[in-house]
Amino acid sequence: MDYEPVIGLEVHVQLATKTKLFCGCRTTFGAPPNSQTCPVCLGFPGVLPVLNKEVVELAILSAIALNCTINPYSRFSRKNYFYPDLPKAYQISQYDLPLAKDGWVEISSGGKIRKIGIIRVHLEEDAGKLIHEDSGSLVDYNRCGIPLIEIVSSPMLRSSQEAYEYLNALKDILRYLRVSDCNMEEGSLRCDANVSVREKDAEGFGTKTEVKNMNSFKAVKQALDYEISRQIDLLEKGRRVLQETRLWDERESRTHGMRTKEEAHDYRYFPEPDLVPLSINPEWVNKISKRLPELPKDRMNRFLKEYGLPEYDALVLTSSRDLADYYEECVRLYNQPKVISNWIMTELLALLKEDGIEITQVKIKPEHLISMLGLIDKGVISGKIAKDIIVHMFRTGKDPSLIVEEKGLVQITDEDEVSKVIDEVILENKKAVLEYKSGKTKVMGFLVGQVMKKTEGKANPQIVNKLLREKI
Amino acid sequence: MELCEYTCWQLHDMLKRKEVSSREITESVIKRIEEVDERTNCYITKTFDVALQKSHQVDDKIRRGEEIHPLSGIPIAIKDNICTEGVRTTCGSRILLNFIPPYDATVVKRLKEKGAVFIGKTNMDEFAMGSSTETSYFGITRNPWNLETVPGGSSGGSAAAVAADQTILALGSDTGGSIRQPASMCGVIGLKPTYGRISRFGLIAYASSLDQIGPITKDVRDCTLLLNAISGYDEQDSTSVNREVPDYTKSLVEDLKGIKIGIPTEYFGKGLDKEVEEGVLDGVKLLCSLGAEAEETHLPHTDYAIASYYLIATSEASSNLARYDGVGYGYRGAEEDLIDMYKHTRSSGFGAEVKRRIMLGTYSLSSGYYDAYYLKALKVRTLIKQDFEEAFKKFDCLITPTSPTPAFYIGEKIDDPLTMYLQDIYTISTNLAGIPGISIPCGFSHDGLPIGLQILGPIFGEEKLLQIAYTFEQNTDYHQQKPKI
Amino acid sequence: MGITKEEVEYIARLARLEFDETEKEAFTHQLDKILEYVDKINELDTSHVQPSSHVIPLENVLREDNVKESLPRDLVLANAPKKERGYFKVPKVIE
Repeated sequence: MDYEPVIGLEVHVQLATKTKLFCGCRTTFGAPPNSQTCPVCLGFPGVLPVLNKEVVELAILSAIALNCTINPYSRFSRKNYFYPDLPKAYQISQYDLPLAKDGWVEISSGGKIRKIGIIRVHLEEDAGKLIHEDSGSLVDYNRCGIPLIEIVSSPMLRSSQEAYEYLNALKDILRYLRVSDCNMEEGSLRCDANVSVREKDAEGFGTKTEVKNMNSFKAVKQALDYEISRQIDLLEKGRRVLQETRLWDERESRTHGMRTKEEAHDYRYFPEPDLVPLSINPEWVNKISKRLPELPKDRMNRFLKEYGLPEYDALVLTSSRDLADYYEECVRLYNQPKVISNWIMTELLALLKEDGIEITQVKIKPEHLISMLGLIDKGVISGKIAKDIIVHMFRTGKDPSLIVEEKGLVQITDEDEVSKVIDEVILENKKAVLEYKSGKTKVMGFLVGQVMKKTEGKANPQIVNKLLREKI
Repeated sequence: MELCEYTCWQLHDMLKRKEVSSREITESVIKRIEEVDERTNCYITKTFDVALQKSHQVDDKIRRGEEIHPLSGIPIAIKDNICTEGVRTTCGSRILLNFIPPYDATVVKRLKEKGAVFIGKTNMDEFAMGSSTETSYFGITRNPWNLETVPGGSSGGSAAAVAADQTILALGSDTGGSIRQPASMCGVIGLKPTYGRISRFGLIAYASSLDQIGPITKDVRDCTLLLNAISGYDEQDSTSVNREVPDYTKSLVEDLKGIKIGIPTEYFGKGLDKEVEEGVLDGVKLLCSLGAEAEETHLPHTDYAIASYYLIATSEASSNLARYDGVGYGYRGAEEDLIDMYKHTRSSGFGAEVKRRIMLGTYSLSSGYYDAYYLKALKVRTLIKQDFEEAFKKFDCLITPTSPTPAFYIGEKIDDPLTMYLQDIYTISTNLAGIPGISIPCGFSHDGLPIGLQILGPIFGEEKLLQIAYTFEQNTDYHQQKPKI
Repeated sequence: MGITKEEVEYIARLARLEFDETEKEAFTHQLDKILEYVDKINELDTSHVQPSSHVIPLENVLREDNVKESLPRDLVLANAPKKERGYFKVPKVIE
């Protein structure tokens, strides 16, 4: 029998704010345990939450980019359950009236574009972190109260690959918006998956399991593949799928059922009395949508048209908002879009990759890259030397003219000086000169190379060529 | 007359005229506490050292000729559900037996800035759940008017302390009558302000949408002084209202011309003690003789108030009190494993009434019952609120008894929760509607127990309430009588 | 409606409370009486009534994203029943 999987993802994304959702504690990753906590996020008696405006605006911005409808009236609710990482024994979340609903993102699947529905986007606070040791569990509340949006997709993903594409699409959009760095390793993006399988083209749904604990997009894909085949296997053997939560085990590459507690999930949601409702009018949404940057796809199309770049270059350059910004800043300073694209695509990106850093961390300022291109134009340096200079610029962040001066890399354009070197080369390579004269014009390259070698690459290649021809 | 017997405004005058020092006032109050607290048990924690230190500072200020605030150098008692930095705050519960907050409640911060002298933390029903101050882990507080009776609750410690001159001023909190009812039973003034008038930051929550801090004082003038000091928007409390605070002492004028008083008949029915009824109606007559007009009116949904209140309050409480789990602070019970730790901590940390309310609240929020109980109660709350809005279209205020009976005997109702809940019948609707209410003394029963009259006003209508209360007070002397203890 | 002992047990589990048999009996009886009383709200027709979660109509109370210094760690942990190396400590949680 043919089966198809039905997958829905619940993605939690940490919003990039300076402070937590309901208090002024920092959100910096990796601080010493419990050093970024206060009575509010520790849930001490008598304290009250106050909503961070930036959180709301970043969430609205995300919802707009995910094509959602922003609810004009939304509110927070308490989700009640006991767990040591939850100091109030309730999580402040949104329940019956979430911030936004009914959106979609586009993914490409098997060469076609599919719209994946988003059921809702809501705000909630993160819980703390537990470290399990033999003698007991240790609790760190630094993460407690970190602002999250939960993005719930509709169950219309039909393969692990589609789920992977969907996650990447979400990540690209949210990073472009700068609402989150979407770093799964640091926990700023987390993903739980609801998976079931059914006979292909069936109407209803099979029993689903919830798969958790994946810490990379690749792991999500692997866990889904595992879970899908596990479920199909069960059905083929005539057994049934148990509705349960299963944890992905990275080391063993398998999911296993969580030891289910007797407790039914009775979260006793009710409206949070310590917070007042959110009323988001169209003016506010409009104001926030002004913060909406041009999204990757639009920008790529513009790059194609405006700068006449090859599709691949446009795609790469718009893959990150910072890279595209960098590129456009260069183009603004120096109207040679293709030349700039070439330098960024071949030299700069290779250097970034080598060092494993992002464009935001690069030491080469756009104005320096441009002044290097200017030096080539003016004939001060050759393109070949420029390739060395850009490496120096990358390491030191220095002005290229300064590097040229320091290293004595100025091109030799004095014909007399070049001429002397050529004479030497002709003397030292009589055989080659003869070959050239007998018609083997290819030898010219070798001779030019010898001149360049002697001048440490500084001789102007046009002049070398010209003089060599004259002299032989 | 001992210094501890004076009011805040009298002592302020004496301080300004340098007739007394804050230290003398503070020492007088301390002496009084040492004399009588063994019998009344008003205080859970006494902070005499801090108080004396503060009084010195204020005296220095006076000596330097600096202006002082009306509360400077005046002893004040704080209900033990209001957080005080570095001073144990227990909520009357074993579960917070050793809890020392690293922060002040906003009201405490405001009072400190004004130079008030913190004399101690007062006893209360555990987590403010009660109407008699009998459910505290730290023992029962007794009514100074008759030590065999309760002082009311849950702010019984604060009310009894003010009545017995064991403080000059006190703060209480009121979720369903917890300021007004003990004020009434102890013969003092108790005001529950409009919800949102005073910051709840640092008030340990019982029922967040109903809780409000308020003054308990010896007379109405003191009430206005304390109210002035603690009112106003606080950016740490999203439910506090950003609205200008008037100078409430401006309400201290004797004038009832054109004041229309509504008498809701639902508040004068079955269960109301005859003497209380007479006392309150005599009070209304007095006000009418001074220029007010009174007329009967109706609050048709009154009969549903207690039911609605107990569902809303306990639901919120079940969630608010879930944090007492033995992890971060407070009492921790035996710990075999995690679930055990939770159960032991909470079962032996909370008293019976608190557990009962947590159970009721958990039930009303639980799956399958939410619509019939919690949601329904919120809808009934709307109806009750609308009743008041209707009434205040016609009347400036409503006058009712504060409590159906004068102070009852210790142990009399403690084993019958429902009867105890019915004690709050006249005070509870106020919290559901968010409106302000004040209880003032209006007489005594045949056996010498105080009777309270309650004046209710519309949202942010404190000024008129205080004016009516002040006028009443100026024409009676109930507030000047002292218990013989 | 009438509350059963089983329901009392279920609610106690949700609330992380435990009672012995006598307490359970007493609670069931008391809660039953209280529920019988509060059930009277269901006499009212509220089909056209909006619920009031808040009595004062406020909305959009927000703060700016400004850092406030956290609580010093010794104070964070000062009230902790058990702590270790800057962490709160609880009995081992088994997942």
